[in-house]
Amino acid sequence: MSASPDLTRLRARIAALEGGGSEAVAGVVPLGVAEIDAVLPWGGLPLGCLHELALGPSGEGLDDGAGFGFAALLMGRLAVQAGKPVLWIGSGDPPYAPGLAALGLAPERLVVVRPYRAAQALWAMEEGLHCRALAGVLAEAWTLELTPVRRLQLAARASGVPAVVLNHGTPTGTAVTRWRVTGAPSRSDPALGVGAWCWHVELLRCRGRGIDERGRVAAWDVEWNDETRGLRLAAAAGDRTAAPDWFRAAG
Amino acid sequence: MAVNTAGRRAGITVGMSVADALAVAPGVVLAPADPAADRALLDRLAEWCSHYTPWAATDVWTETVAGGGLWLEITGCAHLFGGEESLLAHLSGRLRRLGFSARAAVADTPGAAWAWARFGGRERCLPASGQREALAALPVAALRLLPATAATLSGLGLRRIGALYPLPRAGLAARFGREVAQRLDQALGHAPEPISPRRPPVLHDVHAAFVEPLGRPDDVAEAVRRLLLPLCAQLEGDGLGLRRLEVTAFLVDATTRRIAIGTSLPSRDPRHLFRLLGEDLSKLDPGFGMEMLRLSALEVAPQAAAQTTLTAHGAEGRADDFARLLDSLGNRLGFDRVARFVPQASHIPERAVQRLPPATAWPLAAWPERRRPLRLLSHPQPIEVVAPIPDAPPLLFRWRGQAHRVARADSAERIADEWWRHSAPERDYYLIEDDQGRRFWLFREGLYGGAVPPRWFLHGVFP
Repeated sequence: MSASPDLTRLRARIAALEGGGSEAVAGVVPLGVAEIDAVLPWGGLPLGCLHELALGPSGEGLDDGAGFGFAALLMGRLAVQAGKPVLWIGSGDPPYAPGLAALGLAPERLVVVRPYRAAQALWAMEEGLHCRALAGVLAEAWTLELTPVRRLQLAARASGVPAVVLNHGTPTGTAVTRWRVTGAPSRSDPALGVGAWCWHVELLRCRGRGIDERGRVAAWDVEWNDETRGLRLAAAAGDRTAAPDWFRAAG
Repeated sequence: MAVNTAGRRAGITVGMSVADALAVAPGVVLAPADPAADRALLDRLAEWCSHYTPWAATDVWTETVAGGGLWLEITGCAHLFGGEESLLAHLSGRLRRLGFSARAAVADTPGAAWAWARFGGRERCLPASGQREALAALPVAALRLLPATAATLSGLGLRRIGALYPLPRAGLAARFGREVAQRLDQALGHAPEPISPRRPPVLHDVHAAFVEPLGRPDDVAEAVRRLLLPLCAQLEGDGLGLRRLEVTAFLVDATTRRIAIGTSLPSRDPRHLFRLLGEDLSKLDPGFGMEMLRLSALEVAPQAAAQTTLTAHGAEGRADDFARLLDSLGNRLGFDRVARFVPQASHIPERAVQRLPPATAWPLAAWPERRRPLRLLSHPQPIEVVAPIPDAPPLLFRWRGQAHRVARADSAERIADEWWRHSAPERDYYLIEDDQGRRFWLFREGLYGGAVPPRWFLHGVFP
């Protein structure tokens, strides 16, 4: 996108005033998909700040499999790049370790914390963000007030440890990036069963990027590739059959 | 009925009825006996006495027979108070000032001390190995015999302990049972009588007594901070690190307050330990004043000496940071709430993963090869399913009123219980994807065509 020099200078001044230019100081972790990394101003997710993943409001988490998968994938990439462990803070059902290992987050690098109150979850997150020996902190949250979020951001910036918040409730509004990931039908032939995991990834907000007419910055369909242990853009969705093959074969 | 000194002087004796007592001394104050409260008070006193020696215990036998008492094993502690005599004087003085009427005695054996404390004339420290002469003049009841036995002995004319010395032991045992001979041997030191302390004594502890009792929490915190230094130095000298630390505050009104912390890896860094104590210490209320502080290492483990690095960001610095984080989380939330997932050699999904503390070593098992969900529900949820018989994947399932139409499904994976258990029926697991792109793990428990119709459950969510 070619912008006039005045617009660029104005954007830089606003970014400096917001204090937003310093996000990538601690480093960047690329997501591994060229198209997504190109849209992000830093070429990947910046470390040392707060990112948010919006999940459905239901407490059961049935709709949230894709969101958790994306979060696990992010934490896995953070852990591999930094060579350090990752903290997962959540009160509900914990993640299932074999499933995490399949997405690139080795359970050897994961420490799971189960607080029983929201205030304790916030405290644990802050403690984790102060520790430079972590690659990242992931927390499941329902409500996040503005003041605690500011403290978390300051702690993240001071130590360079990124924080990812899985938000079931209202958006925080001050996260550097905000995503929503939902399940998408896999691209395999139905006769062969369920194919590789396929997700619809939406970047809802990103500091330094405007939103389009659909209320988000960009959207992609991505697929988990088992051989490369990474994401790639999924092919265009084929037509979905009305009923699975075995039913028709059985008559 | 039990009587205090003033009552005894007024003429009331033990065993008198209440009406007689009121007749003898009209101004007497009666209080109902409360053995539980008495025991609690004795326990508290024993706790407080642990600032003379960590080896303090309540006398259980005496409670059942005659009042209450405390044992204090002061071997090796007496020099801290200037000798046994001055320890005795200090202790009786403090107890008197607290309002108790108490008598104490120091001797080589517990039996001799008990005898002199209750039946001797004045409080004194019996000379070493001098219990034989000292006890000779005391009545037989001073041997901690049951009242019936003591009465029998007196009836036979054996009123003083000295009279028992020349008698043959075999005869004593035959006539009165093992009790008399055993108590005599214990009192004279021929038979061992160990005292079990209320709290196990620790090898590493430091204490500090204050001339003026500390009243402000800030002062208490500063005292703890200073006292951590010699404790950690002691541990370093022995090559050990702390796993559990306890801070005991002895207050002027003979009560104690304790707080304890734990670490996941052994530590002897005073700053780190003080930070872990942090919030609990501010809640420690010194009450009327804290006169003594003791730090005890309840649990220690070997810790190798660490080579100091020039920067704090080296590998050792990072490992320290991580250990500090785990300690902090564990102490605040509970050590059972901070865990790592470790593979366990089992193909049953619920049993394939174990939660262990983060510091444990990694076992040799590996993660399962087949695709497994990202979230496993702690209890499989029953669902309604439309599926072709006998073992094709489902076409539609309904959970909590919401219907999910199945678009893709993998063929079944049969997971049977381990052959040595045989408790649960076999399960056929299906990985299915609905038309919205959500993926679930369902299973059918049981087979069609059997006596019991099979049931379907939802067990996990895939990414």
